[in-house]
Amino acid sequence: MADADDRWQLLLFPESASSVSGQVDTLFWAMVVACGLVVALVFTVLLVFGIRYRRGSPASRRGSPLLYHNRWLEIGWSIPVLAAFLFFFAWGALLYVEILDPPTPEDGDARRVNVIGKQWMWKFQHPEGIREINTLHVAVGQTVRLRMTSQDVIHSFFVPAFRIKQDVLPQTYTRLQFAPTKVGRFDLYCAEYCGLSHSGMVGEVVVMPPSEFQDWLARRDRPGTPQQDGERLFRQYGCSGCHGEASSVRAPDLAGLYGKPVPLESGGTVTADAQYLRDSIVFPSKHVVAGYEPIMPSFKDQISEEDLLKLTAYIQSLTPEEPDAP
Amino acid sequence: MNYLNAGYGLKSWLLTLDHKRVAWLYFISITGFFFLGGAAATLVRLELITPAGDLLSSDAYNQMFSLHGIVMVWFFLIPSIPATMGNFLLPLMLGARDMAFPRLNLMSWYVFILGGAFTLTAVIAGGIDTGWTFYTPYSTMFSNGAVLAAATGVFIVGFSSILTGINFIVTTHKMRAPGLTWFRLPLFVWAQYATSLIMVLATPVLSITLVLLGVERAFGIGIFDPALGGDPILFEHLFWFYSHPAVYIMLLPAMGVVSEVIACFAHKRIFGYKVMAFSILAIALFGFLVWGHHMFVSGQSIYAGVAFSLLSFLVSVPSALKIFNWLATLYKGHIRFDAPMLFALSFIGLFLIGGLTGVFVATLALDIQMHDTYFVVAHFHYIMVGGMVSAYMAGLHFWWPKITGRLYPEMWARVSAIIVFAGFNLTFFPQFILGWAGMPRRYHAYAEEFQLLNVFSSAGAGMLAVGYLLPLLYLLWSLRYGARAGGNPWDARGLEWTVASPPPKETFATVPRVDSEAYAYDTPQ
Repeated sequence: MADADDRWQLLLFPESASSVSGQVDTLFWAMVVACGLVVALVFTVLLVFGIRYRRGSPASRRGSPLLYHNRWLEIGWSIPVLAAFLFFFAWGALLYVEILDPPTPEDGDARRVNVIGKQWMWKFQHPEGIREINTLHVAVGQTVRLRMTSQDVIHSFFVPAFRIKQDVLPQTYTRLQFAPTKVGRFDLYCAEYCGLSHSGMVGEVVVMPPSEFQDWLARRDRPGTPQQDGERLFRQYGCSGCHGEASSVRAPDLAGLYGKPVPLESGGTVTADAQYLRDSIVFPSKHVVAGYEPIMPSFKDQISEEDLLKLTAYIQSLTPEEPDAP
Repeated sequence: MNYLNAGYGLKSWLLTLDHKRVAWLYFISITGFFFLGGAAATLVRLELITPAGDLLSSDAYNQMFSLHGIVMVWFFLIPSIPATMGNFLLPLMLGARDMAFPRLNLMSWYVFILGGAFTLTAVIAGGIDTGWTFYTPYSTMFSNGAVLAAATGVFIVGFSSILTGINFIVTTHKMRAPGLTWFRLPLFVWAQYATSLIMVLATPVLSITLVLLGVERAFGIGIFDPALGGDPILFEHLFWFYSHPAVYIMLLPAMGVVSEVIACFAHKRIFGYKVMAFSILAIALFGFLVWGHHMFVSGQSIYAGVAFSLLSFLVSVPSALKIFNWLATLYKGHIRFDAPMLFALSFIGLFLIGGLTGVFVATLALDIQMHDTYFVVAHFHYIMVGGMVSAYMAGLHFWWPKITGRLYPEMWARVSAIIVFAGFNLTFFPQFILGWAGMPRRYHAYAEEFQLLNVFSSAGAGMLAVGYLLPLLYLLWSLRYGARAGGNPWDARGLEWTVASPPPKETFATVPRVDSEAYAYDTPQ
């Protein structure tokens, strides 16, 4: 949050605090310079022609091949425009893919945080089980992976200082990854209009030095990790009755499932990612596994988004090494 | 006897089949809608002077920006130039006595008014708070506003667009005067023609989408709401499949007007006529292939995003060409700076900035930051208000003597053009910076560090209001007190300037013959 002194600043150089924000800024300013030159050129030409060829001026208007049409001139100004456009397109596209489809960090150290948006707040759950509302604490330098969903309408997770944004959709998991590079408190906004208190759906990402972050984690209650809670829910909702090892009902085995391709009864295959697991609980007839009867009941409206995320985390944990899947 | 005094009384106007009078029906109605949308914008800008949401309630604020968007897009910008100047001038420029289907033309206006009535009802009967984009599932399952009535209004007004589009297309194909070949058409006609194609091809998609939205909201049948098994991204695809081409419905006619005005006030044939005509068609065509650039962070495949980004860059090339060709038209011209020319030059400058910032948001990595912030708001206002409304004002002043037979007061018009240009930039340029710094759009209250630039913006909006109210006053004044115009006060070329001002009821006593290119400014008319 801004101090009272910052209130009247011009904001040309907004805070830049993630591993990608510097690259985005470089692209932005390169385009500002290129486009600024074009604007200056066009306004200069307007001004010069406007003065020189004003009605009644003595400038010569004698015929020239440039008067009404000229193919080489048309081609001559199209090509540089096209070339510049392709250059900026490619630059922007490469960086975009890097931001929204990032590789797992080399040291494999990514913190998985579950995010639920609802009218009008953000709910977070840390891998240790710690819960937060509207404030997310993270450590500087550590990659954070968000698995996000919405309980009602479309929201959008936007942290300007990190130059990241991703829509948060109901009944759908979207993901977003970032690595903060500066210690501080950074504004979090909902960027997709979501009704009455849309502008109140704001919060903060608090970036702490690693040691302070460890202290913070230690001070908080840990009700149980999402995996542990998920295991309990797996029994509580009766999932284990069919999907458990000793079950008499024929249901697909879930161990080793996550991230693998699943052949479908209707033909084709899907990847068993988080979205697939969620759909299989809520809309079980959507993807029926090949060789199985569509007998599973829907758990729609019976399991909260929090519990769905926990169940997903539990089923995910049944697969030993984590593949690079959302 | 001219078309204005050919008949008196309300009936002679409300049942007219004269395209020139139908144009007036539209002039009056869209002016009403413009000031209604402007009033809503004024309240929004007043609220945003302070960071706290203190002037309006959140609900009222959300209703105001929704009203502003819905009214301005569907009841002002989309009909604006085609329904007014297009209706008035298309037959005149083609040497035709009227539109191909005069009754259909009048019906378009009635359909338009019916749609407007539904939307106004929606506003009065509880308001609408979805924004003009009607995103699901908010609009179908969560909003308490009068969504169905507003969507019905927009659905109905879509048919008005389609009918106008069909009329223009048939008229352009079938009613050109002898000798008026396609490449002798004024660029204004090319622009109306391309716009009509978009209206006819894109509007049905919006109509279908709104019906689906209504079915989901009224009967709970799952189409877009994922809780009912629908897909909200599908709504975004369908909505933008119409609404991106709709930007070109607004912009292409503006480009047509500016070409006419620049050729006249540079007193020179337009440079690169064929390039200009084909670039209009290219923009209309490519405009259908870029809708996904509104959805770069929506959760659609990021590789779809890459394809839509590339196509969006490509659609900018013909727009850039048009700017260069207008500049080249000025070369060795005899330039006059009357009010229409000032508005047209404003168009070039503001459209240039709007177009280039469009390239920023087409750049994928930058759009992650800019999407749904004030950067986007500023960008599309530079195109739609800086571009489209400036061109509307240019055309309105340029053809005012033809339409009314009176001259407007030149000095006041120039003052208004300058106030609009300055006020516009003061309003919207700060919003680029706000968006880059991360201020989200549709925020009733905002962080304190954004205040200074918002104060600039609101001050500019005050200037803009003056700049737009002035013409309303002096143009009305000129109807009675303006000097008589004569047939061709600008020494302009084109069939519309060969008839008296205001034109006779039967515009052309004999069918004109055309034996020269458009913009024959090197030969006396």
